[in-house]
Amino acid sequence: MRKGKHTYAPEEGIYIINTSSIAGPNEGRGRFSSYYDMVLEDYDWNCKTHEKTEIKMHKFAIEQVIEKSALGRSDVDCIVGGDLLNQLVASTFAAREFEIPCLGVYSACASFGEALAISSFLIGRGNMNNVVCCTGSHFGAVERQFRYPLELGTQPAPSSQYTVTAAGSALLSAKRKENVPIISACTVGKIVDYHICDANNMGAAMAPAAADTIITHLQDIGRGEDYYDYIFTGDLGKYGRETLYYLCKKQGYDLAGCLNDCGALIYNDEQKDMQGGSGAGCLAVVFASYIYKEMCAGNMKKVLLVPTGALLSKGSSLQGESIPGIAHAVALEMRE
Amino acid sequence: MMDGGDYCKYVSKTAPRTSELKTLLAAFCVGGVICMIGQGFTDLYTYLLPDAEESMLGALTSMTMIFIGALLTGFGIYDKIGSIAGAGSIVPITGFANSIASPAMEFRKEGIIFGLMAKMFVIAGPVIVTGVVSSVIVGIIYRIIAIV
Repeated sequence: MRKGKHTYAPEEGIYIINTSSIAGPNEGRGRFSSYYDMVLEDYDWNCKTHEKTEIKMHKFAIEQVIEKSALGRSDVDCIVGGDLLNQLVASTFAAREFEIPCLGVYSACASFGEALAISSFLIGRGNMNNVVCCTGSHFGAVERQFRYPLELGTQPAPSSQYTVTAAGSALLSAKRKENVPIISACTVGKIVDYHICDANNMGAAMAPAAADTIITHLQDIGRGEDYYDYIFTGDLGKYGRETLYYLCKKQGYDLAGCLNDCGALIYNDEQKDMQGGSGAGCLAVVFASYIYKEMCAGNMKKVLLVPTGALLSKGSSLQGESIPGIAHAVALEMRE
Repeated sequence: MMDGGDYCKYVSKTAPRTSELKTLLAAFCVGGVICMIGQGFTDLYTYLLPDAEESMLGALTSMTMIFIGALLTGFGIYDKIGSIAGAGSIVPITGFANSIASPAMEFRKEGIIFGLMAKMFVIAGPVIVTGVVSSVIVGIIYRIIAIV
């Protein structure tokens, strides 16, 4: 059912019946180390290239979430997957092993939000029963595509972020399950461009999109910012989170009590990560591990996920284009 | 909402910046040490080859430093030095070696010809082009001055 301008609230319950998470070595030493289903010892995982490692990680996350849910592959109607590599080679190549229909999504690092929203539209009105959402990223694979070779001796800018090596998946189902979160509303975000051109400051490029989506969402559902226990943005980083807070405050929304950012949280304070983590796997893995488990345990009741994406390619930046941002909002609730 | 112009001003005012003193010092020290090592090799070769010409000694030192730069890149050490030193390890000739060896390693996965060989100069290419073009221009100017 449509609410307000851009928000859709599914009429039937859409249950997130299970999740699966896999994290790289750096992330495994981070803040949520005990929550991950699996932590890699190195960046290769016995693969010849980092792209192949990322494919393997997606495959693991998809396989695990189906297995955990005690379903067969034939019970899954669709895999909705995304990643940051050109032509979505990680998520789609992983899906070739499953013989399950597949949709590829791209909203840069907000892909997990797009996947959740599309999946809930697919399950709504009884079209599909079980859908797997999976997104991920790999530091080595992303670095060579968007930046420089790994062994090149460059210095990271203080405003930049570190691409996480991680993948997270969720199995959405129309079938009722107790003590799991349901998707109560999705707000599809607009592309917002405030003409930030610095590819080393993605947090600043994405914060206006996050502010726009959060405010649209709250206006559409007619609730104040205190309705949610937590609002988790994707990968704005420490500086981007402050910028988002500032932008919302200017609009009359004080998010001080509930705003968190997965990118700013994923590493320990001791880890040298500049502004924090980023990547399509960032919010996906934090949701699939920490947020999901805490919700199921009853420690969080109402959560708004707002994954954020910076839309750019190496070519678009060189051609002088700015970096537009996108953010989708997905509201999760534990129903009594 | 704010408009784009105001927001860009806000970001350029508040965004985290490089601490100039710290990075300048690190670049100065590491760059200085690399040059000292180079000078050390020149002195060593002067001692070992007392009859060699100066240009020969310079070439030997450059070759040694390029070898060390490429070797440290291969061992995954040079990028760690670079993350601290910045331009201090990019500007010396070892940095030039690093900028050729690192894409060669990175793109080896796409094969010898279309990976390693084709991508080897993606970073060093502009430096080589600038060097060749500027030497041609300087050569022409010299020639004109000689005629006049």
